[in-house]
Amino acid sequence: MAAITPIVMPKWGLSMKEGTVNDWLVEVGTQIDVGMPILDVETDKIANAVEAPDAGLLRRKVASEGDVLPVKALLGVLADPDVSEADIDAFVAGFVVPTADAQDDADAAPAYQYVEVDGLRIRYARRGAAQGVPVLFLHGFGGDLDNWLFNIDAIGEKHPVIALDLPGHGQSTPKLPGISLQALADFVGHFMAVIDVPQAHLVGHSMGGAIAAQLALSQPQRVASLSLIDSAGFGSEINTGYTEGFTRATSRRELKPVLELLFKDPTLVSRQMIDDVLKYKRLDGITELLESLGSALFKDGKQTTQPSLALASSNTPVLMVWGRDDQIVPAAHAAHAPKGATVELLDGAGHMAQMERAGDVNRLILRCIGD
Amino acid sequence: MARKISMKTAVNEAIDQEMTRDPSVIMMGEDIVGGAGCKGEEDAWGGVLGVTKGLYAKHGDRLLDTPLSESAYVGAAIGAAACGMRPIAELMFIDFMGVCFDQIYNQAAKFRYMFGGKAETPVVIRAMVGAGFRAAAQHSQMLTPLFTHIPGLKVVCPSTPYDTKGLLIQSIRDNDPVIFCEHKNLYALEGEVPEASYAIPLGEANVVREGKHCSIVTYGLMVHRALDAAATLAKEGIEVEIVDLRTLSPLDMDTVLDSVTKTGRLVCVDEASPRCNIGTDIAAQVCMQAFGALKAQIEQVSPPHTPVPFSPTLEDLYIPSAAQVADAVRRTLKGGKH
Repeated sequence: MAAITPIVMPKWGLSMKEGTVNDWLVEVGTQIDVGMPILDVETDKIANAVEAPDAGLLRRKVASEGDVLPVKALLGVLADPDVSEADIDAFVAGFVVPTADAQDDADAAPAYQYVEVDGLRIRYARRGAAQGVPVLFLHGFGGDLDNWLFNIDAIGEKHPVIALDLPGHGQSTPKLPGISLQALADFVGHFMAVIDVPQAHLVGHSMGGAIAAQLALSQPQRVASLSLIDSAGFGSEINTGYTEGFTRATSRRELKPVLELLFKDPTLVSRQMIDDVLKYKRLDGITELLESLGSALFKDGKQTTQPSLALASSNTPVLMVWGRDDQIVPAAHAAHAPKGATVELLDGAGHMAQMERAGDVNRLILRCIGD
Repeated sequence: MARKISMKTAVNEAIDQEMTRDPSVIMMGEDIVGGAGCKGEEDAWGGVLGVTKGLYAKHGDRLLDTPLSESAYVGAAIGAAACGMRPIAELMFIDFMGVCFDQIYNQAAKFRYMFGGKAETPVVIRAMVGAGFRAAAQHSQMLTPLFTHIPGLKVVCPSTPYDTKGLLIQSIRDNDPVIFCEHKNLYALEGEVPEASYAIPLGEANVVREGKHCSIVTYGLMVHRALDAAATLAKEGIEVEIVDLRTLSPLDMDTVLDSVTKTGRLVCVDEASPRCNIGTDIAAQVCMQAFGALKAQIEQVSPPHTPVPFSPTLEDLYIPSAAQVADAVRRTLKGGKH
């Protein structure tokens, strides 16, 4: 019997339990390529397109628009033309959605863990494969580990994955170990030591990219490879209108237009995303902390230090991915890539390329870390 | 780190963290330390429903048990505020505010204005509001409109544990007198609340649900009735947007007007008596400022104009229900231009 490939409800983010099917984007009978958007799904955090896991002919739409379905539920079926309708009926009838309990067993560890590093309580997630060099995700200025909601589980299918809230960010202690990239990179090194990870593939976004580059320069033994997404540190220009606007905004009304700068498609900025950022920014001390970090790293439209430019002298493999419509750090900085780096500019993405072009970014990361 | 706590615990935690942070924060109220005139922490009641239990053990004599005289201790709190303290006065039920109205609306609300900005009155008066507690007409009122009417007072009425903690912290830090209304039937409601301190600005409404067909503007317990109605209506293909005002003074009309401009229809839901309440105020302001956006008549859901009945059957009928809210939405959707 020829292969039947299920399309299932993806898991976007550690807290996602179910999603709502908004729209099918293709018709039955369409030949699907890997990575092609097939249908729109909405969670309480974000709406996005589900991309095809494999190539094949779309034979059946199992989920209807408006359906609310659990993670891993069957949405549709890909199969070759010679597979009979009866076989597809049997496949659909026999498909078992893993129950919430079974999934909890599979992910035996809790979604989030906490560890104390240099006197600061750090929230992180550790999941995915048991064996191999872990992939460590570093978010950007004002971000948190949920910035990787489309990436953690996809990369985790084959590799151990770790994502943390940097100090002063997300739900980690609202204090900074210092306001230089070096201090933050040192801290990430200490974090790796405390959780007993001698070496990792680093995936860094924006400021997190510059921290990753700094760590690769100062402690190269800790860094197996660098995947830098819309990264800071490759040039002097930066939209400090964004970093300052983000720091200053106190209400939904002020924050929304600022967050919209992050995306090519501003409709991705959901009510929940704004609420989550406001909840973080309202915590005592965060505004002052972001002011001090922002003015140390980014001032008058310039990045004060550019460690990524020094990567030319290191042997670490480097992937650089940039959303062509990045309004925060210009994609033109990709021209400053170190020799030998893989450089990919992605259409249809702004500063958050790992969200707007998640499937492609995941494939590029997997290739970079040697899959 | 966020974890689930009740709204009652959120109140307690906000006061505890602000008393720890700022030594000028003090608290007064009936039975918040000992019980019924007893001295000592071991039998501390923490107020009539135990909301402030445990605070005396931590903060000692910064919590004052007062005689059964609201006029005396609310006046004392306002005076202490004018002299540089940040007092929190706990009145068991908002129904008892009547005896201290001169101190509240003639004194606290006026100091900043009548002394040319030289005097500030950073006092918070907390009180329970709302019906459904089988406590009869003198312990069940939703008197939010009375205080909203007075310039110089700020009025807060949260609907969730998260908002309760952040708004109470902001109220304590605020330099104006704040009437902080806690719905007694929401005390047990649990929700995710960060352990760390945070402040939610006063005067910012929250859109708790997005929709395109009709706006429901409400606050307090009625937010939950509106959410229940929205779930029912969603099954009929009707998507309502719910605006939780959170603070009634200052009032975030921008968010209300944005929502009504988007949906073209408005249902105001207010647990307060129907004449001159928050709902009628919102309806009037929308008519004046966004008449052109309205596609149909505004609907209002409020209790009947009668004291809260003591009979449990009648009390349940008195409080606006999710079914009444859903009916009001259906009425405005049937009405007007299409």
